[in-house]
Formats: sequence, structure tokens, C-alpha cells
Amino acid sequence: MTNAIEASGLVKRFGKTTALAGVDLVARQGTVLGVLGPNGAGKTTAVRILATLLRPDGGQARVCGYDVARQAHQVRQLIGLTGQYASVDEGLSGVNNLIMIGRLLGQSRGRARARASELLDRFDLSEAAGRPVKTYSGGMRRRLDLAASLVGRPRVLYLDEPTTGLDPRSRSDVWDMVRALVAEGVTVLLTTQYLDEADQLAHDIVVIDHGKVIATGTPDELKDKSGGQVLEVEPADRDLMGVAAAVLAGRTGAVPATDADSGLVRVPVADAAVLPMIIRDLDEAHVELAEFTMRKASLDEVFLALTGDRDPAGPGDDNDEIRELERSAR
Amino acid sequence: MTAATLPFAEPVPRLNPLTGLRHTFTLTWRSVLKIRTNMEDVVGLSLQPIMFLLLFTYVFGGALAGGTHAYLQYALPGLLVMTVVFATLGTGLMLNQDITGGVFDRFRSLPIARWAPMGGAVLGDMVRYMISVAITLGFGMVLGFRILTNPVSAVAACVLLLTFALSMCWVSALIGMLVKTPQGVQMFGFLVMFPLVFGSNLLVRQATMPGWLQSFVKVNPMTDLTSAVRGLLTGGPVGTAALHSLLWALGIFLVFAPLAVRAYLRRT
Repeated sequence: MTNAIEASGLVKRFGKTTALAGVDLVARQGTVLGVLGPNGAGKTTAVRILATLLRPDGGQARVCGYDVARQAHQVRQLIGLTGQYASVDEGLSGVNNLIMIGRLLGQSRGRARARASELLDRFDLSEAAGRPVKTYSGGMRRRLDLAASLVGRPRVLYLDEPTTGLDPRSRSDVWDMVRALVAEGVTVLLTTQYLDEADQLAHDIVVIDHGKVIATGTPDELKDKSGGQVLEVEPADRDLMGVAAAVLAGRTGAVPATDADSGLVRVPVADAAVLPMIIRDLDEAHVELAEFTMRKASLDEVFLALTGDRDPAGPGDDNDEIRELERSAR
Repeated sequence: MTAATLPFAEPVPRLNPLTGLRHTFTLTWRSVLKIRTNMEDVVGLSLQPIMFLLLFTYVFGGALAGGTHAYLQYALPGLLVMTVVFATLGTGLMLNQDITGGVFDRFRSLPIARWAPMGGAVLGDMVRYMISVAITLGFGMVLGFRILTNPVSAVAACVLLLTFALSMCWVSALIGMLVKTPQGVQMFGFLVMFPLVFGSNLLVRQATMPGWLQSFVKVNPMTDLTSAVRGLLTGGPVGTAALHSLLWALGIFLVFAPLAVRAYLRRT
């Protein structure tokens, strides 16, 4: 068996709202599957189903071969869950949170204590171990959340927006931890609003919008699929950005984007053969260049191309909304 | 992907019921730890009975019984009932916080008995109830309350109170499951508990009340419980009232515990 997660045709409705309208997912064992989508796309609902917290209304899903609906108890022995909802107990200290989970998982007192201090050490929380979690900073809390989901050495780890609201440093700490886990053979399903996060971590990506999968592939495949390359030009004299934009437009036929802050003019390029002509034209127009770069389209550009102009990295997340729906559906 | 070399255990299909009990005890340990680490809770738990005792004894004592000591002898058993019943609100509050804060989702993603988180919360709260009873009785005795029976009866009174609390806390647990916010739990809890507590012989003799109210007081389980505790602490008939309160406790438990557990399980 090489697929740790297999889901097909997942459907979930809350009252009149359809959160998932037939979603297929596959996560290969020992890889990171990135699930991308705008707010309210259904990412969190999908994770909650795969983590046995919600029953799907249609379709089925297997984790390491076990059905999430009919064999939930087995699935729970294989998974770890970290999200804004599956949380730690604020009224307990960090170390007691981890010991509690270890004990619930059947570890002896000594074993649970040893595992807790091992994890606290690994996540750089040893100093704060005895303090109640409500005194922790956002980054510390998230690291404890992650530690809590690892107490039982899960085979499959769900990370639902693990870095939302973290500062860049804490975020790259979390990334390093995810990479280390994958190196140990853990399969990770990661939902995120940050496209660079998916680009950094994911082996495969699924893009969900309106409860449906609208694209799948490796990050590179997705970038290739939607338009290929981007040319970035930075005139040495910013007053000439308009002239540069006109040259790029003339040679590529596309409308360039000008960014006054960075001084860059960007345009998608379908055929690299136009590059020499662009350079010559710019030279003739006396535009001196500080930068001239060809790069693959970023996932942000891919994402916008796929989902239209909806904001992929808006502030909140869809958890509150879904929680609301779950309640009213009861 | 070398699956065979990974140190992962194979999952087992079923949970042993004894393991479920162990989960419950672990979660009881958690609740008790939380009482210890949460100082505000401890202070509130201790000050509330003290405040009730002082207010009722010295504000109402003269008017209701012609003297504070006489009233304290009469009202303390009632105040014990009141503190314990109000303390059961904490159960619903804590369960609700666990749900809204996401702790229950963590529990539900673990391979543990489904009812263990509720069982643990309720058992852990028994410790809180014991603290309430001990403080009310202890401070009452500082103010001059005297147990007129014997130590065995006094212990029986406390056991009866705790038994009743153990069943009432399922009402609170149900409210905690159904209401959206902790504030809502507080409000609905008080809407249920206030009429029960004050529409009884807990603080005032029922003979002074209008007839229609007396009929409510007669069927109110708090009246039986208060009479039984009063009898056990200060003498007087106990048998019928104690039996009635135990039956009420059993009835409330049989109705509300399954409803609360069902409400909890339905959240999947």
C-alpha cells in the first residue's frame, strides 16, 4: 500500500450549504499533500472528515486502508491532528497536556512523562513546560499543538493551517519540523492559505474551490499548467517603468503589471524567443536595466488564474463559519 | 516509502471497556489538576458560599427567625444545598469551554472511549462539590452553626448532597452541550437553578408562602433534599425526605445523563 490517504467523492452538506461536492484526494505515503483553497472552500471540512470528526454524507475515505466512517477507532490510532480547532487545554501546563494525551493513548506514567519531555525539548518548550498554556505566545501554543499531535507517533498527520497567524520565524520553524517528520516516514496532509507554504513543503497539491477539486499536481506541474513563465524587468530609472511596460506589452501581447513599490514590471511570457527582441527594444528606448529575470509563475499567480479573483490569503479562516453551520445543522 | 521498516504499531479494532474506565480516570485527573492550577476558580468556589452564609445569616436572620443564630441553624442545611446546586453549573461551563476551545475535538480524534471526556469532567467536579460542602459547613460552624445529631448523620448528609449533585450536574452538562457560549450556559443554568433553589423550603419555611407556591414547593426536589439534610444535621424526621431525594437523584440522572451523552455524541 503506497497511499496513506485515499478519498473519493466526499460530499458534506450543512443544511442548505454544500461544503464538499465530491472531493477526491490521494496522499502518497511519506509525502506532504498540500490542500489549497480560498476561505470557505471546504478544506477544513475535508480534514475533519478524514480525522473522523465529521461523517461524510457521501463518498468514502480510507486512511492506511481503514475506512474513516466504519473503522474510526483504527483510524484514530493512526492519525495526529493539529488545527485551530483540535486544541490543547489552556488551563493545564504544557507538560501536563502532553502527559494527559500519552496516558490516554495507553502509555505508562513513566513513558508518558519521558515522551512529553522529549517532545518539549524538540519543540523548544522545555523552559515553559510547567506554565499554564494560557500564558503561552501564539507561536509557542502552535508548537505545543503540534507536539500534542505527535505524542502517539502518528503515521498520518493532519495540519490544518498550522502557520496561520504566526510570525515568519515561527513559521519556518514549523516548516522544518514538518520536513523532519516526513523524513521519518510520516505522511502529512497540510491545508494552507499561504501558497509559498505549499510550494515549500508539498509534494502534491490539490486545489479546492466551492467544495470541488479544481486542480491537482505537483507544484511545478501546476505552475506549468497555468501559463509557464513570467518575465520581471526593473528599469534603473523608475520614471521609465511606463516605457518598459509599453515595450513588454508590444512584444508579448499581454498586459504587464507594474509594481511601484518594488519598481518591477511583470508580464507572462509564453515563448522565450521574444526575450532577445525585448532586450533590444528596451535598449533602443534607452531604458537601462537593474534587473531582468525569467522565472516560473508563482503559485499565487497560478492560484489566481484557477480560482478567479477571490482572495487566497484573506485574514480569517473558514472554521468559524463551518462551526456555525455544524451547529445549525443539528 | 519503506513502510515495513517504520516503527508504527498496527491498530486494534476494539476498545476494552476497562480501558475506557482508565481514560475516564486520566481525564478526572485533568479536571482536578485544573482546579489546582486555576486560582480564580478556587477563590470563587470558596468565596461564594462564604458570601451566601454572611448575607443570609445577617441580612435575613433577624427578620425571618428573630435572631441570627436561630436562622443559621435553620438555613445552613439549605445553603449547603444551594452551594452544591450552583456548583453544578461549573460542569456545564467547563464542558462548553472544552467544546468551544477545541479540546473536545482533540479528544474525539484520539482512540479513547467516546464517553470518557464527559465521565472525567463529571467525576472531577465531584472534587469541586466536596470543596464547596466543606467550606460551607466549616464556615457555618465558625459563625456558630452546631450539628445536633452525630458524626455519622453528618457524613450521611454530605454523601446525600454529593449524590444529588452528581445527578444534577448532568442537567448542567446537557445545557453545556446545547448552548453556544459559556455565557449562555451561565444564563440558562441560572434560569433553571434559581426557581428550583428559591422555590423551596431552603431558606424560608413554606408555611409562610401562598398556597399555589406551596404546591410547587412540595413537589420541588430541593425541598426533599433540604428537609433530609436538615434532619440529618439538626435532628428531626429524615426517612421519607431522604428516600424521595434519592429517587429524585436517580430519576434526574436517568433522564439527563443519556440526553447529555447523546447531545455530546451527536456532535460528530
